[in-house]
Amino acid sequence: MSEFKLAWQRFVKDRVALIALWVLGILYAAALFADVITPYSLRDESRLHTYCPPTAIHFLTSDGHWAGPYVRGVAMSYDEYRRRIYRETDEAYPLKFFGKGESYKFLGVVTWDRHLLSVDAPGRVYLLGADSRGRDIFSRIIHGARVSLTIGLFGVLISFVLGLLVGGIAGYFGGRIDNILMRMCEMVMMVPGFYLLLALRAAVPDTLNSLQVYAAIVIILAFIGWAGLARVIRGMCLSLKERDYVLAARTMGLTDMEIVMRHILPHTISYSLAAVALAVPGYILGESALSLIGLGIQDPYASWGNMLSEAMNIVRIQFAPWILWPAFFIALTVMCFNLIGDALRDAWDPMLKGRGDQP
Amino acid sequence: MTRPYERMGRYIIKRLLTAVALLLVMSFVTFMLMRLTPGNYLDTLRLDPQISKDTLAYYEKLYQLDKPAWQQYLFWLAGLVRGEFGYSFYYNVPVAKIIGSRLGNTFILSFAAFLLTWMLAIPLGIWAALNRGRWGDRVAQFISYIVLSLPGFFVAMVLLFWASTTGWLPLGGMESPGAEDLSLWARSWDMFRHLIIPATALSLGSIAALQKIMRGNMLDVLGRQYILAARARGLPEHRVIYVHALRNAINPMITLLGYEFSALLSGAALMEIITSWPGLGSLMLTAVRSKDIYLVMASMMMGGVLFVIGNLLADIALAKADPRIQIK
Repeated sequence: MSEFKLAWQRFVKDRVALIALWVLGILYAAALFADVITPYSLRDESRLHTYCPPTAIHFLTSDGHWAGPYVRGVAMSYDEYRRRIYRETDEAYPLKFFGKGESYKFLGVVTWDRHLLSVDAPGRVYLLGADSRGRDIFSRIIHGARVSLTIGLFGVLISFVLGLLVGGIAGYFGGRIDNILMRMCEMVMMVPGFYLLLALRAAVPDTLNSLQVYAAIVIILAFIGWAGLARVIRGMCLSLKERDYVLAARTMGLTDMEIVMRHILPHTISYSLAAVALAVPGYILGESALSLIGLGIQDPYASWGNMLSEAMNIVRIQFAPWILWPAFFIALTVMCFNLIGDALRDAWDPMLKGRGDQP
Repeated sequence: MTRPYERMGRYIIKRLLTAVALLLVMSFVTFMLMRLTPGNYLDTLRLDPQISKDTLAYYEKLYQLDKPAWQQYLFWLAGLVRGEFGYSFYYNVPVAKIIGSRLGNTFILSFAAFLLTWMLAIPLGIWAALNRGRWGDRVAQFISYIVLSLPGFFVAMVLLFWASTTGWLPLGGMESPGAEDLSLWARSWDMFRHLIIPATALSLGSIAALQKIMRGNMLDVLGRQYILAARARGLPEHRVIYVHALRNAINPMITLLGYEFSALLSGAALMEIITSWPGLGSLMLTAVRSKDIYLVMASMMMGGVLFVIGNLLADIALAKADPRIQIK
């Protein structure tokens, strides 16, 4: 049986990690099918519903008869401190499943206009409440998942490839090359992460469009993160290259490149998978921190970080606590990645215990 | 044969020299990146009709903004050697004038969080290890896992929100208005009250992480043979735990000092921004937003210097604590 299969068997025994894997799967699927799942598009707003609280879903009419799921309309008024109060009216808007709504390009190709959940205008359904411009927070969280969940993954992917290359070369060849490459890593690690993040962000021109900003953030995060992974992989290569099978491969006349590619890196991948899973939260938090302080993804595009920037004004949390929902999703994602990373490390541990650096 | 402290001195000098070299390269890269992107602070000033063309030309000449980027870098570097960090166009004062107090404030916040972390995490880890598997330990480990996943900025927001509803603690900043007129004692107390929220939010994650590691170390050590031997000799349990086990369990923690310190500095920057603590991090944000190049450079370099010093201190502490470790 291969190493991977053995480790996988140990991994699936970890119930908590499996649940975490499922939760992440659901979140990523939701991000992929965001257009269908969400009642409203990214740009949809309703100034009459500023900070509208979560909509209650009713099943019975006011005299107690079954009426299926429906929502009531809301009427806004002001109290004596000029604060908004929302009151339910008698108008009823039945919840429609796969009803027609705003049209969109499904998966970027097919034009479709069905939404998993919707109500007819002028009724509005806010599953998790509304933000300052009457936008549906639930819809924006799902749309924002596309940014927040992928930015970390792309970032970690680039860092990982870089780290694998640099770490592999440094660890295998050692000596002068190792010295130079490790000084390069130290250079990046010498400036505290967030300062480097800000400095690099300062070097990004203001004129970029949102897709370019997204790419810029991925590159910045990857630039900050590769050094740490490279050091972990270097440590493992250092110990792996002393093994007998590497000596055997060399006696058989394999070139250095072949040995690194075929015999050393595959053995580090297993362990570094855990390191990668444990690194993803850092990228996700980096993106949300950057967007939170207004240097990341910009309105009208949503990311969990920039949605939270509304909560920077503490008073708003008081009358609209639901603007904190994105933080819940950040925490949930981070926790899932941590659980999976820990479980992966434990699954590989019997083979690699006590060897290489602990990430 | 060289004496230990001589070797230590040489090691420190070597480390500092490498650090300076690496910081120089890093600063060069950042400087070039910032110069390559279009727009500088003078462009913003140009839009201001109140500023005359002569002033702009004066600035341009003074900071050699018309020269190629590498010359500007050398000019900046030459200033750095003389202790001048350049001019902040945003604040309209030399960078050196602002950066000192900001550096101090960041240090206060980081140090407070650092103390809080270690003073809570170590006893918590020991306690959890001694009560392994009991419900107290389980609850602590479960809470730790959740806390580890909470973003620090979220914790800060919740704490600020709590402070705003109860009114027990001030909402951000470092001093209350008019604090300059207070006595030294009252002023310190005022600053302490402002420090509570950012320091707690900053250290909560590290406490969770460190107590987990400390618990692991302690459990590891408690399973060793020399602990069994100590017990067999009939030593009182508290001696076994606090003298024999603890000393060995705490050693690996010191290796983490440097790493923790850098994470702390990084986290402090964001926390400063959220709780409007006037430190290096919030200064750098202002600088980045206004493309104030010299201020960005200075903040980044100062962050790097703090980091280098922290790491060096951690290495020295490690060498002092564990005689087996050879410094070269």
